[in-house]
Amino acid sequence: MIPELGHFALALALALALAQSTLPILGAQRHDARLMTAGALLAYGQLLAVLAGFGALMWSFVVSDTTVSNVVANSHSAKPLLYKLTGTWGNHEGSMVLWVLILALCGGAVAGFGRNLPTALQARVIGVLGLVAVGFHAFILLTSNPFRRIWPPPMDGQGLNPLLQDPGLAFHPPLLYLGYVGYAVTFAFACAALIEGRVDAAWGRWVRPWALAAWSFLTLGIALGSWWAYYELGWGGYWFWDPVENASFLPWLAGTALLHSAIVVEKREALKVWTVLLALLAFALSLLGTFLVRSGVLNSVHASDPARGVFILGLLMAYVGGAFALFAWRAGRLAPTGLFAPISREGALVLNNLLLCSICAVVLVGTLYPMFADALFGTKISVGPPFFNTAAAPLAIPLVAAMAVGPMLPWKRADLRGALQRLWWAALLAAGALLLCLALAGERVWPAIGFAAAVWLVAGAAADLADRTGLLRRPGQAWNRARGLPRAAWGAAVAHAGMGVTIAGIAGMGLATDALVSLRPGEAHRLAGYEWRLEGVRDVAGPNWSAREARVTIRRDGAAVAVLEPQRRFYPAGRQNTTEAAIHATLSADLYAVLGEERDGVAVLRLHHNPLAPWIWLGAAVMALGGALSLSDRRMRVSAPAPRPVVRGGAPA
Amino acid sequence: MSKVAQPKGLDRGTAAPAGTGAAPAGTRRPWRRRALLLVPLGLAAGAGAGFYAMLRGLQTGDYKPRGVPSALIGKPVPDFTLPPLDGADRPALAAADLRAPGRPVLVNFFASWCLPCVAEHPMLVRLERAGVPVLGVAYKDRPEDALGFLRRYGNPYARIGVDLPGRVAIEWGLYGVPETYLVDGGGLIRWRWAGPLTEEVLARDLEPLLKRHAAAPA
Repeated sequence: MIPELGHFALALALALALAQSTLPILGAQRHDARLMTAGALLAYGQLLAVLAGFGALMWSFVVSDTTVSNVVANSHSAKPLLYKLTGTWGNHEGSMVLWVLILALCGGAVAGFGRNLPTALQARVIGVLGLVAVGFHAFILLTSNPFRRIWPPPMDGQGLNPLLQDPGLAFHPPLLYLGYVGYAVTFAFACAALIEGRVDAAWGRWVRPWALAAWSFLTLGIALGSWWAYYELGWGGYWFWDPVENASFLPWLAGTALLHSAIVVEKREALKVWTVLLALLAFALSLLGTFLVRSGVLNSVHASDPARGVFILGLLMAYVGGAFALFAWRAGRLAPTGLFAPISREGALVLNNLLLCSICAVVLVGTLYPMFADALFGTKISVGPPFFNTAAAPLAIPLVAAMAVGPMLPWKRADLRGALQRLWWAALLAAGALLLCLALAGERVWPAIGFAAAVWLVAGAAADLADRTGLLRRPGQAWNRARGLPRAAWGAAVAHAGMGVTIAGIAGMGLATDALVSLRPGEAHRLAGYEWRLEGVRDVAGPNWSAREARVTIRRDGAAVAVLEPQRRFYPAGRQNTTEAAIHATLSADLYAVLGEERDGVAVLRLHHNPLAPWIWLGAAVMALGGALSLSDRRMRVSAPAPRPVVRGGAPA
Repeated sequence: MSKVAQPKGLDRGTAAPAGTGAAPAGTRRPWRRRALLLVPLGLAAGAGAGFYAMLRGLQTGDYKPRGVPSALIGKPVPDFTLPPLDGADRPALAAADLRAPGRPVLVNFFASWCLPCVAEHPMLVRLERAGVPVLGVAYKDRPEDALGFLRRYGNPYARIGVDLPGRVAIEWGLYGVPETYLVDGGGLIRWRWAGPLTEEVLARDLEPLLKRHAAAPA
């Protein structure tokens, strides 16, 4: 009964989405206030319907309803409750329901928080969001019904892929989708602007919070996925340039560019066409990611249904093609107004956009070219990390170099030498870091460059804040000025410093050492100044797995540092093995152990010493914090277009 | 720089000033701007067509991201000679080693930069322990990286050849790494697997093949 109600709720959501995609847009064209206000109500209604459908699906998983084929294929009654809940989206059908749930949440948020928007703009944004929802509801109902029943019901489910039974991956999809789908809102704003033929400072101000929120969630989602790969896959790596990873990285790059170019629209009414294009592009790349992962073109190992692939491709082409056609038709109307010299804040942001988009193009080509070469010319090519690293690094270095300088430049016209003079001590520290790393770690160029970049960014962010608060010129007033500083300025500095922290972590990982050792209980191995002693290996059991668990004590200079208990788990429900790496994380390094095969009382262990590894994810969290700080800026909360004279008077152009 | 001095459009008519004649010096011509605005649509359409071809290929079997059948099945291995991996303590690999090995052997193409190679590596180690000779080709990989890979994950290979330019891989028709070939005792290629070896592939495909070709006289 509950699954049928859920199925009905999803069908109802489709009907509401259909109305949401037509009535408000029609109302906006005809200046019909009643039709326009219907949009917000329909968005709320759709949100309720999708919530009901999602709740019904979650309920089926919690009670392990084995008459629902999706539950049978992906769940097991012995699974811990947390993974029953998160198992709701740990499969194709459920993840699509989560996708539309977040889209409906975005629609509800635009309806709720967007009351200050001009009625016609809000109606068009809600309408475009409804249009996007229609396609995905239809996709779920026609090709991926999550509530399909089977009869007779089997005794129990087949279990969730054990790799997914992990807190990191359990919350990876929701965060990632909040980012992906968040760009649907900026996409809708861009479409609405194209329909209206107008982009102004107010538009830039309305778009920015959505771009910021989506970016912050996507940053967290990617970081969580990378962290999961690091500790769960047990390979000691954190980023593999895998097509699935690239699929989430592409919208992040475009979204980061969008975030910055929207500032130019807001402050200077320049780069309008470009910003609109980026907003379309960010969501197009999000959809591309969904398509790549869900259609089976990446690898047909997951036997996926080609009909689904064709359907998603149809959706992708309808939305992206439609939006780009709208762009080609209407973008010519968006006349630029703000003028600026090449050396200026705007100029720095243009440089940021160019470099980010170039990196995005490199990653896109590296991800798609092998597939296209195969499908079109029959040539087999494999593109690996060597390509991405060598192609992206020359673009990333000037990007990082400009990241610290850009915020120091004033709008319109700037004095580059003046900005660099205020950064001399940051440059000095960076050079110091470079030399220190070369002296301590030997001739490893890339880690040294990484540390220099990290120091440059963090010190640059500090210099920016010190400059804005006049910390060095008038220390007495610095506190008051710091309090008066817009949160957006704090957010930018924090996010830039967060990038520095992440780069420091990546550079630290460049100095990682590891060893593959065969040890008998009682034997020890020395790695990175630590003594790793295997105490013993024993059997342990969990709720739905059994495992072999090694006990490794780590000592340094005779003093106990940590005890690691890596496991090799066996999940009987899916007859699958996983390795559970044991990690002792400190701010200075991760001590990381993986248990391999055992033979004749000898256990194979892989030991890693990963300097600064936690900084990679810490930095991502700091970046997201910067996004949140910026989001809390008063300017964003009071998004009302205050009476025009005030806006104009506040920022004389 | 303002682009074209148009009156703010009242209706859609003004959106098509295709023939407004020569623009003032220093501004781009309107048609060029319009063509530029069409670029995203064109690129998206091209990508869409390509993806559609892929999906059609998936259905008809022309496009297979994994498990590509090889034109070499049933044929002897192509001629090649590869240098050894210095420091790995293993002999080099050449076609001569595969002309008549006397028993089935596996030839595995791997690279340290390849994520699925890491995933499949325990399978190779297990096969080697079970007595199946595994020969390795380090594909487009710097020798020091390949060596580090083997030090980290173990070395199941009886022989290793270094194919830095990837030329031998072309001869074999390599799809990508990892990729594994089964060469029977008589030196004929019997099976090819593009993609990582998994428990399932081992149980379903490889083990029966190994049994069959081990039993057959060379």
